[in-house]
Amino acid sequence: MELLQKHILTAIIFLPFVGALVISLINSERKNLIKFLGLLFSTLTFIISVYVFIKYDPAKTGFQFVEKYPWIQSLDISYKVGIDGISLLLLVLTTFLTPVGLLATWSSVDKRVKGYVIMFLLLETGMNGVFCALDTFLFYIFWETMLIPMYFIIGIWGGENRIYAAVKFVIYTMVGSLLMLVAIIALGNFASQMGGQFTGDLEKLYEVAPKVSLNAQILMFLAFTLSFAIKVPLFPFHTWLPDAHVEAPTAGSVILAGVLLKMGTYGILRFSIPLFPEATFIFLPYIAVLAVVGIIYGALVSFVQPDLKKLVAYSSVSHLGFVVLGLMGLTIESVQGGLIQMVNHGLSTGALFMLVGMIYDRRHTRMIEEFGGLARVTPVYATFFMIVALSSLGLPGLNGFVGEFLILLGSFKSKFLGTTAFAIFAATGVILAAVYLLTAYQRIFFGKLTKTENQSIKDLNLREIVSLALVLIFIVWIGIYPNTFLKKSEPSVKKVVEQMEKYRSGVFRAQR
Amino acid sequence: MNFYTDLFGILPVLIVSSAGLIVIILEALLKRGETISYFLSIISLILAGLSAVYIYPMYSTAFNGMVAVGGYASFFNFIICVGALLTILLSKDYLEKRNINYGEFYILVLFATAGMMFLASGVDLIITFLGIELMSISLYVLAAFARTDPKSNEAGLKYLLLGAFATGFLLFGIAFIYGSTTTTNLKIISANFQNYQNDFLFWLGVGLLLVGFSFKVAAVPFHMWAPDVYEGAPTPASGFMSAVAKSAAFGAFVLVFIFGFHGTNEQVRNAIAVISVLSMGLGNIIAISQTNVKRMLAYSSIAHAGYILIGLASANELGKQGVLYYSLAYILMQVGAFGVVSIVEKEENKALNINDYTGLGHRKPLIGVLMSIFMFALTGFPPFAGFVGKYYLFASAVQAKMTWLAVAGVLATLISVYYYLNVVIHMYLKEQPAEVLNNPDETKISISGALAVLISAIGVFIIGILPTMVTRYFEKLF
Repeated sequence: MELLQKHILTAIIFLPFVGALVISLINSERKNLIKFLGLLFSTLTFIISVYVFIKYDPAKTGFQFVEKYPWIQSLDISYKVGIDGISLLLLVLTTFLTPVGLLATWSSVDKRVKGYVIMFLLLETGMNGVFCALDTFLFYIFWETMLIPMYFIIGIWGGENRIYAAVKFVIYTMVGSLLMLVAIIALGNFASQMGGQFTGDLEKLYEVAPKVSLNAQILMFLAFTLSFAIKVPLFPFHTWLPDAHVEAPTAGSVILAGVLLKMGTYGILRFSIPLFPEATFIFLPYIAVLAVVGIIYGALVSFVQPDLKKLVAYSSVSHLGFVVLGLMGLTIESVQGGLIQMVNHGLSTGALFMLVGMIYDRRHTRMIEEFGGLARVTPVYATFFMIVALSSLGLPGLNGFVGEFLILLGSFKSKFLGTTAFAIFAATGVILAAVYLLTAYQRIFFGKLTKTENQSIKDLNLREIVSLALVLIFIVWIGIYPNTFLKKSEPSVKKVVEQMEKYRSGVFRAQR
Repeated sequence: MNFYTDLFGILPVLIVSSAGLIVIILEALLKRGETISYFLSIISLILAGLSAVYIYPMYSTAFNGMVAVGGYASFFNFIICVGALLTILLSKDYLEKRNINYGEFYILVLFATAGMMFLASGVDLIITFLGIELMSISLYVLAAFARTDPKSNEAGLKYLLLGAFATGFLLFGIAFIYGSTTTTNLKIISANFQNYQNDFLFWLGVGLLLVGFSFKVAAVPFHMWAPDVYEGAPTPASGFMSAVAKSAAFGAFVLVFIFGFHGTNEQVRNAIAVISVLSMGLGNIIAISQTNVKRMLAYSSIAHAGYILIGLASANELGKQGVLYYSLAYILMQVGAFGVVSIVEKEENKALNINDYTGLGHRKPLIGVLMSIFMFALTGFPPFAGFVGKYYLFASAVQAKMTWLAVAGVLATLISVYYYLNVVIHMYLKEQPAEVLNNPDETKISISGALAVLISAIGVFIIGILPTMVTRYFEKLF
């Protein structure tokens, strides 16, 4: 037990990997056993991460549960993991969504189940690793390794156009991440030039990087941020997203929307902003503009989608725009809002994708026009869909409202953005979200039952209800009492924001 | 050192070359000696590899400072033995499959191996030259080994003609250097390097050596022979030539250019950087359009020469380590990839097209997984060895203030994603055509072949996760 406590993050990262190894030894015919084991290992991971969540002490500054082992000593690269309030929430989100995603799609994947579950567990290892890594080299390894299972998940178990979508996903991501690799190396090299040693240690780099010359900062900031912006995806780098989402199997979409996109915003908050504060100040308004454009653009495009899954996919562009705006606001409220909105989006959009998957399993179509009047046939399904849709569009009392409200409030009064225009334009996104979600809802669930196929649709079964209910617990919890989560992350966010304000005043002094 | 300790110092080369001689005699005496030759080669390569490990801490030179012993030499001797061993393990079934199972194959591999080992440990340009010749002449014959196959003959002839040309450059370069320094010993040249700074003939010699080495590692614009030769040669031999011979040539390249010539000067290093960028760019771009997997790997090997050249262009400590690490990583990845190709290949050059790989991952799960590992590793995905190698090389470029070279490297990597993943797409993502499903593939995979590929894959994974297992041997090389 003590061993586990000492290596608790390593356990969270590699338990799914162990699960994948175990499953690889099992005969591929025993599908239920494989699924069960997958669920078991990911649930265990979730339980450990809940323990970490409870044990995490927000009063302490800095990273907690840190483990460090030398890896490549000549380059001062180490296996260093640890979490602070920012990564804590996302880590728990990841470990939560993986078993829920697997449970929700228990019966929708039937071919090559073994590979499917293995890929899922490997993916979880990569994602957990990304959120825990405190070494740039380690971070990059997890960041890239994660691509391989996601590539297979889209490519093997995806829809009609899956190969195109999978290749597009990988190539888009690689464009960004390879440039980030050069920036990571360059950053380590600057550390060695400034009288130290080449290093990959993030905490050391936090000291070094802001002292680098402005030109180099700008280049490295762009390299890092491009990589993250593609992942988010920030408008105009979003074109891979609809393809990947639409083609991915349901659980793949859940993870893609729920966690993978958060890696981009997490990266911005963890790397781009604190490492290169002065470059951040320069690019902040432009990124905020892109974020606002993304909010409105994503919402408008969602509105015209005939395909329900595409609608949800584009709504992600809009929601993630809010998150980026919150991060760029750089006030405690807006960053906290951005952070909680990352979690919200993971829950709501994850649940929406599960709902889309459930109806697709029954009707084998996702076209909105194929439906109508479903509320009478599948009342339970309709109820769940309503709650999730309302949470996604930001109804007070549910989680979406908390995030969007904090973001808008924070960016409204942000000194860094300098103008209230961002918040005002972004606020239209909230209205547009109501428009596209409620219109779609109306077309699917109300009106007359025109199609005969729809009359015999079965309502949700117990397994599906359980998996959705698990998500709903958190949707309501965050909506009513977000403080459970916000108080864990507040000190870490405060630290980043205060640091940035210090740099900002420093910049102004230098200009005088 | 006396004669006997000198001999002991080159024990790995001695073992391999005497095994070669013994196999020649056995071939002459026995009617069907292939199997004995096969086992003898395996045993000798294992012994040679172990002796290289044993000699590692010696750190000296033998035969009046002509051959390096221990350290650097041992490292290369070891990895060359590993590569040759994997090649031999793969070749038996392949040769039987193509009906060319003659003992000469093993003899040639052993002699080529001996040549490579000399090449990578020569502290004297004469030894470098001898090594290159021994290696190349064996490889010319190996390339043409499938003697009834016109493609193989073409490969051998092409390799011979262009290789002879390259040798000319190399020899001419050595002659110029001898002319201006009055020695061929790299240690002496290195010690008096300052004196040659303004000697035109010396730099002419360096330039010619650069051309010669670029030929041997198949870097653009001296790459013309490579695709045809690697495509035509028997597949395990292609892996051997494109990975092991290339690594050995890089061993000599580093020895001559970084240790002998102190990384040369700004202009030469810029020239190397340009060659590197051209190789990465051209190799990767042309590889995209290849449908023959062997040819695709051939072009990609040009690109990989480009990556390794980054380390020589930056010519610093990291660059040196990068070249050494990447050499091993590349041997494992490339020999493994060619190994899979040789296992999949059928009689008369069939089943080499990318379409023949459709659904392979589902038909032969193990081969599919291993090939995917090689493809991801060659692309440079972590946690495989290719990534760490690239990290070192790119880091060396950044450290040498050639960040643009690192950027070129990552862009080239990006291009390569497409065609490496294309193999994976065919193996896993595409639906199998009906005729393949109806006619299940009956080819059996032999234990030795599977073992070789498995060893490579495990190696790629382990040294990728624990790079210090390899890099700690770079701390003291001489």
